[in-house]
Amino acid sequence: MNVVVIRYGAGNIQSVLFALRRIGINPVLSSEPEVISKADKVIFPGVGEASSTMKELKSSGLDTVIKELKQPFLGICLGLQLMCKHSEEGDVDCLGIFNLKVKKFAPSSVYKVPHVGWNNIEQSEGPLFKGIPENSYVYYVHSFHAEIGKETCAKTNYINPFSASLSKDNFYAVQFHPEKSGTTGETTLQNFISL
Amino acid sequence: MDIRDGKIVKGINFLDIKEVGDPVEQGAYYAQQGADELVYLDITATNENRKIFLSLVREIAQTINIPFTVGGGISTIDDVSALLDTGADKVSINSAAIKNPELITALAHRFGSQCIVIAMDIKNEQDNWFVYLNGGKIKTSLQASTWAKEAEELGAGEILLTSMNNDGTKNGFANDVTRTISQQLHIPIIASGGAGTMQHFADAFTVGKADAALAASVFHYKEIEIPVLKKFLATNNIPVRI
Repeated sequence: MNVVVIRYGAGNIQSVLFALRRIGINPVLSSEPEVISKADKVIFPGVGEASSTMKELKSSGLDTVIKELKQPFLGICLGLQLMCKHSEEGDVDCLGIFNLKVKKFAPSSVYKVPHVGWNNIEQSEGPLFKGIPENSYVYYVHSFHAEIGKETCAKTNYINPFSASLSKDNFYAVQFHPEKSGTTGETTLQNFISL
Repeated sequence: MDIRDGKIVKGINFLDIKEVGDPVEQGAYYAQQGADELVYLDITATNENRKIFLSLVREIAQTINIPFTVGGGISTIDDVSALLDTGADKVSINSAAIKNPELITALAHRFGSQCIVIAMDIKNEQDNWFVYLNGGKIKTSLQASTWAKEAEELGAGEILLTSMNNDGTKNGFANDVTRTISQQLHIPIIASGGAGTMQHFADAFTVGKADAALAASVFHYKEIEIPVLKKFLATNNIPVRI
C-alpha cells in the first residue's frame, strides 16, 4: 500500500505520520506531483492559516494536482477547510472540491474559540465511520469550520452545527484530528486506508 | 506525570520524590483506559536532561493516540518549536512566563493560543494565594488570580492550576481558588493537586468550576481506575467522554 502524505508548508504533521505507522502503514511524505499522483491513497493534513497555505499550494501547482486525483483522498483539519470553496480565514478562495463555505466561530461567554478538546459526532455515515458508534468522541483544535451541506457525512455541534466530516466521490475529509482521537480516530484512518 | 531522568516520579508537597514507572508504557495504558489528555512535566529540565526529554517526547508521540502536553524548563520560542515539531500537542510554561510575560504573547502569536498552557504553582498563606517559581521553590509577590488574568490577556490558551497546599495530600482539590479563577477567566482551567477520591473529582467540576481535573498518584498507584471514575462522573451529571 503506497500512502502519500502531502507536504505543503502547513504545520505539524508528525502526529499524522506516527498515527499511520501505529496502524501498520509506512507513509511517504512528498510535495512532488508525480509521487502524489501515483499513490494508492493520499492524505492532506495540516495545521495553519488558510490564505497563506492556499498561496503555497498554488505556487507549487499542487492545487490543480489535488483536484484531478482519482484515488481516495483524505483531508484533515485545515486540509478539510482548504478543500471547500471559500474560507473566511484570510478571505481566500480554496480548492472548491466541496461547494461549502468555511466560517469563523463566533465566540461567546459560554463557548470558547478555538474549539479545543473532545466532542461527539452525530449522524455519521459512510465508509469512514464504519464500526464507529453514533455520538463517539473525537478530538478537535480549530477556530474555523465548514458549514453543513449535502457533502456532510458527520456533524458536531459547537456554537453551531458544523461539518465534522465531508465526502464527495473519491474525496473525504475530517475536521477533527483522527491521529489524536484514540481508537475512534484509528478506526477512521483504518477505514480510509481500506477504501 | 512528573519526569526525572526519563522515569515517572512522584513527590508529596513537591518533596520526597520517588520513581513510579515508565512514561511511555504508563501513558499508553492511561490512553487505553480513557484518559482525555496526558501531561508530562520534565521536573529536572537541565540542559543535558532536555535532550533525553525530547527523545522521550518523540517516543510518546509515536506511541499514544490522544493529545498530550509537555512542560518543564521551557523558556524560549525554540524550545517550544522543538517540542511541537517532535509531536507534542501543547506546551506548558511556568517560571519563564512569570519572569518574561511577553513570552506568552510571542508564543501565542507564533503557534496559536490553543497550544500554550500556563502552569501556576500556588500556595495559600494568610488567606492569599501566591504564585511560586522554579517548581515551587521560590515565592513571588504575585497573587494567583492577578497572574491568571494577566496570562489570559497575554494569550494563554489554558491555565494549569496546581495548589501546593493540596498536592499529594489526597484531601481534595483547592476548589475555592479554582472557582475564583475559573469564574474570572474565559479560558479553560485545569485543577491540579489533591485528588484522593472520586468525589474530589466531582467537586472540582461542580464546586471548583474547573474545566478539567488532573491527577497523578491516585492513577499511578491504581487507587482510582479511570473507567470507574468516568462512570461515576457521568452518573453525577458531569459530561465526560466514555
